[in-house]
Amino acid sequence: MMAMAPDSLRTSVQSTLQSSLLQPSKPKIWELLIWIAAFVLPWLLPQKALMINEIAIVALFAMSLDLVLGYTGIVSLGHAAFFGFGAYSAALFAKWVLPDPLLGLALAMVLCAVLGAIASVTIWRGTDLTRLMVTLGTALILLELANKFDGLTGGTDGLQGVLMGPVLGHFDFDLMGQVAAWYSISVALVLFLFMRRLVNSPFGATLKAIRDNRLRAMAIGISVNSRLTLVYTVAAAVAGAAGALLSQTTGFASLDVLAFDRSADVMLMLVIGGVGWLYGGILGAIVFKLLQDSLSAITPQYWMFWIGLILVLLTLVGRERLFKPWTWFGARS
Amino acid sequence: MNLDNHPIDNNPTVLSAQNLVMKFGGITATNNVSLDLKKGARHALIGPNGAGKTTLINQLTGVLTPTSGRIALLGQDITDLAPHLRVRRGLVRTFQINQLFDSMTPLQTLALVVSQHLGLGSKWWQPLGQHAEVAARCEALLSQFHLTDVANTPTRVMAYGKRRLLEIAIALACEPKVLLLDEPVAGVPAGERDELLNTVGALPEDVSVLLIEHDMDLVFSFATRMTVLVNGTLLTEGSPEEIANDPQVKAVYLGHGENAHG
Repeated sequence: MMAMAPDSLRTSVQSTLQSSLLQPSKPKIWELLIWIAAFVLPWLLPQKALMINEIAIVALFAMSLDLVLGYTGIVSLGHAAFFGFGAYSAALFAKWVLPDPLLGLALAMVLCAVLGAIASVTIWRGTDLTRLMVTLGTALILLELANKFDGLTGGTDGLQGVLMGPVLGHFDFDLMGQVAAWYSISVALVLFLFMRRLVNSPFGATLKAIRDNRLRAMAIGISVNSRLTLVYTVAAAVAGAAGALLSQTTGFASLDVLAFDRSADVMLMLVIGGVGWLYGGILGAIVFKLLQDSLSAITPQYWMFWIGLILVLLTLVGRERLFKPWTWFGARS
Repeated sequence: MNLDNHPIDNNPTVLSAQNLVMKFGGITATNNVSLDLKKGARHALIGPNGAGKTTLINQLTGVLTPTSGRIALLGQDITDLAPHLRVRRGLVRTFQINQLFDSMTPLQTLALVVSQHLGLGSKWWQPLGQHAEVAARCEALLSQFHLTDVANTPTRVMAYGKRRLLEIAIALACEPKVLLLDEPVAGVPAGERDELLNTVGALPEDVSVLLIEHDMDLVFSFATRMTVLVNGTLLTEGSPEEIANDPQVKAVYLGHGENAHG
């Protein structure tokens, strides 16, 4: 009897440890509610379907940046490179090869993954500042290429005349944008589930290790550069999917998909929503787009001022405090 | 049991550095240093500040590539092997200044290290901790290093002594064959010191340990073999008694050492 006691105690400690390790990967009820709400919204608010579509797309884009910035600690100010490359790939594929959306999406993701794998070499070395510049440079190069090869891309006029076929051969894109919204939300959900699995896995833990302490990550046997290449490739593919969704659902691709503003906006969204939990991208995208929408209705020219003010407040006060007004007048702990 | 207790000379050499030279421009930081670590060794590397101890460690772990000389681990040449590949072959170090994963808890940290060591590091489709083996090893390490009570506390808010224990636990989670301990008790307050000293004393017997330390009490209570490094050159090597009675060592090292850490 006495000999048995430590053994059973041991297993119970082990299972406690295991369950607290598995805790983050368990699906939560609020997550389910968020995604149900996302799918119900285009049906509840059909006149807002186009905006919902756009939010789903930028949310997916922001989540892809979160993989790189939030989970791996790699600062990028040129993530639009992959978004734009995906947008043009999908638009060109639809225009010249096949109008099927899912095939175009898959192709855009593969091409962006290849581009991401190649570009990952530029983030292997250097500090935050050099990475900021290098990623920015990569996006600017692509922007200038798209501008120069205007025979292919339409240059500053944009790529017009992209006609999309029905999704899965059945669901035609409608003028209201409902099908577009459901298509984008579905793709975002599938890719989100994939990323959610990834960040909670041992692989995801090695990314966080690189973010927290690159030196120690190496000292426990992690091959840092190959991890950076893998995560950058995945993030590029997901960003490319977001870009493809935009050009497919709007039937249009223009140079602004590669512009600096797009890289900066997506980083702002992540800063607003918080890095390193995927939902930060969704939250940030919603807040950013709603603010943009409502503020630009009031003051079309100066809405960026208010976004700026909110960012300053967010940074000075802290997200935790800003979203918990009841703590504003209490004593600081 | 006694068969395992060979006299030191019959033990195989697990880590061997031969004639290491490291030059930074005109400065020779390591001058023709050779060092053999036997299986199960408790070997201390001592020397005054600037003696080249850290430079030597950095060459052994692969952070620096020696200007000349060779390093062999378990009979295989590793002189040009990348640092993370040396770790996978069993050469693991701890750091003088804690190098931890601050956003994680000790449990998550050890689960990560154990998973990486078990070759699960590139698995992305299953959650961290899914493998039963991972939880089992984490449990053993946490209790061995007295970290069970803080298993779910974020590392960044832990007491320094606990952080120091985690620093060593991470290295042990890699199941090293050779462990390089870089000043394990550096900066640990008196109250938290005993726990750490006991843990260092209780390291697995088959692990060969190279200890770099300023604290002479720890060195003489722990080491069965010592190497003295002065100005990048190997001054002498011997048993703790030989080193303690060596007039050369007394002159260049122990005399100053008393002042240095007083």
